[in-house]
Amino acid sequence: MVKVMYIEADGREYEVEIAAGDTVMQGAVDHLISGILAECGGSCSCATCHCYVDEAWVTKIPDPSDTEEDMLSAVEERKPTSRLSCQITMTDGLDGLVVRLPESQY
Amino acid sequence: MSASKNSAADPTSVFPTSNIDPYSDEFLSNPYPYFEEIRSLGPLVRLEKYDCLVTADYGVVNEALRNHEVFCSSGGVGLTNFHKEKPWRPPSLVLETDPPEHTSSRQILSKVLSLPALKTLRDKFEQEAERFVSEVITSGAFDAVTDLAEVYPLKVFPDAVGLPTQGRENLLPYGSMVFNALGPRNHLFEVAFENAKPVQEWILFHCRKENLSADGLGAQIHRLAEEAGVPEEKACLLVRSVLSAGLDTTVNSIGSALYCFARYPQQWQALTEDVSLARNAFEEVIRFEGTAHSFYRTTTQAVTIAGMAILEGEKILVCLAGANRDPQKWQQPDQFLISRDCRGHAGFGIGIHACVGQMIARMEGESVLKALAKRVKTIKLAGEPVRRFNNSLRGLASLPVEVELI
Repeated sequence: MVKVMYIEADGREYEVEIAAGDTVMQGAVDHLISGILAECGGSCSCATCHCYVDEAWVTKIPDPSDTEEDMLSAVEERKPTSRLSCQITMTDGLDGLVVRLPESQY
Repeated sequence: MSASKNSAADPTSVFPTSNIDPYSDEFLSNPYPYFEEIRSLGPLVRLEKYDCLVTADYGVVNEALRNHEVFCSSGGVGLTNFHKEKPWRPPSLVLETDPPEHTSSRQILSKVLSLPALKTLRDKFEQEAERFVSEVITSGAFDAVTDLAEVYPLKVFPDAVGLPTQGRENLLPYGSMVFNALGPRNHLFEVAFENAKPVQEWILFHCRKENLSADGLGAQIHRLAEEAGVPEEKACLLVRSVLSAGLDTTVNSIGSALYCFARYPQQWQALTEDVSLARNAFEEVIRFEGTAHSFYRTTTQAVTIAGMAILEGEKILVCLAGANRDPQKWQQPDQFLISRDCRGHAGFGIGIHACVGQMIARMEGESVLKALAKRVKTIKLAGEPVRRFNNSLRGLASLPVEVELI
């Protein structure tokens, strides 16, 4: 199991343990973290699992695919650290990952 | 039929076989007992009649659809194997291609149909839903399919794409052709193609830039395609994808939604008490009454899935609607529950070929359910619903209902 810290836009923090191999989106869904909607269930088709990866972790995560890049180009309030959490798969190396959630996914 | 089929060494011989015909009227009327039967035989079953594999197992459906390199779409997502037979029309640049061709086409469509892009349409979609709902409910009785589920998408969707008002009636028969063509050349296919020529001509004419309004989604597709250096005839095919898959799907889904609520009055009551559930309720409709109920994949190499060895070049019928009722994945899968967390359902597909228009579909479904839930206290069946048969779409042709207003 590895830890992920989700910080909602209002500052609420949730540290949860999820299995390596699961996505950051799945961890949020399983722990009912409301800032992640994930309507398409992880097919990189809805862009409602948008998150901001903490600066310290950005380089540790593989770059977005073309498909993710396209979906990101359409999210609200995109920042350089924006990612779709369904495209980040947890590994032991990401243990302790911190992601911040946007105010709204729509 | 493959020549090696009867060979004793053929690893395909390990699959349980079934004489279920997924294109029979019995199956299409109510596929759910058949999905159960298929699952009870195994995660992958050989359909004798069509010499293909079938799965209604969530785990296999999910794994196969995510592994698009091995379970490819360029062999066609219907029964016909495009690697061996000529398709009835030039293949879709998104539905029936693999990366890297798929990626560049999908990029254009996903940009045009993305959530922020759709924001500008939301008010219009909601206002029109309220207008159509107000009109139909006044008499207290109406046909939920022909008076609402068909006319509302036929207004908002072609408006959004930028099609003229005249001739829109061609969209439904075209969608019917596209989805029927994914099955065998049976009577449904023949009926759908009886009057194909003028319908196809209308559609292809309206895929062209000069025949679309300057501010619609169709024109945006052309603009983005041009910027990306995509030739115009390919841009037309991308518009064709939107016209093929964007209407019959939502019409049937909205019709199915009403059918669900007419059968589950407590769920309707829950929605009227909390209209904010409308979006999730529509999602549950897609899980429970899967509209696009199955697509094929073709294996590009030998592969083992769920412990079963599949040969290269096998066609596999991937039952999205079956996966959506798999008890291994869902608690009480045969219950329609609008508060259920149904994320991860396969109703819009899974993986890189998941429905690119799913956000516009949700917006239509949510708008209609919200508008109804604000005004309608009860929905009851007022006659026998009539099923619309299609080789790969599930929906109704008629649904007489009576409503009591709030």
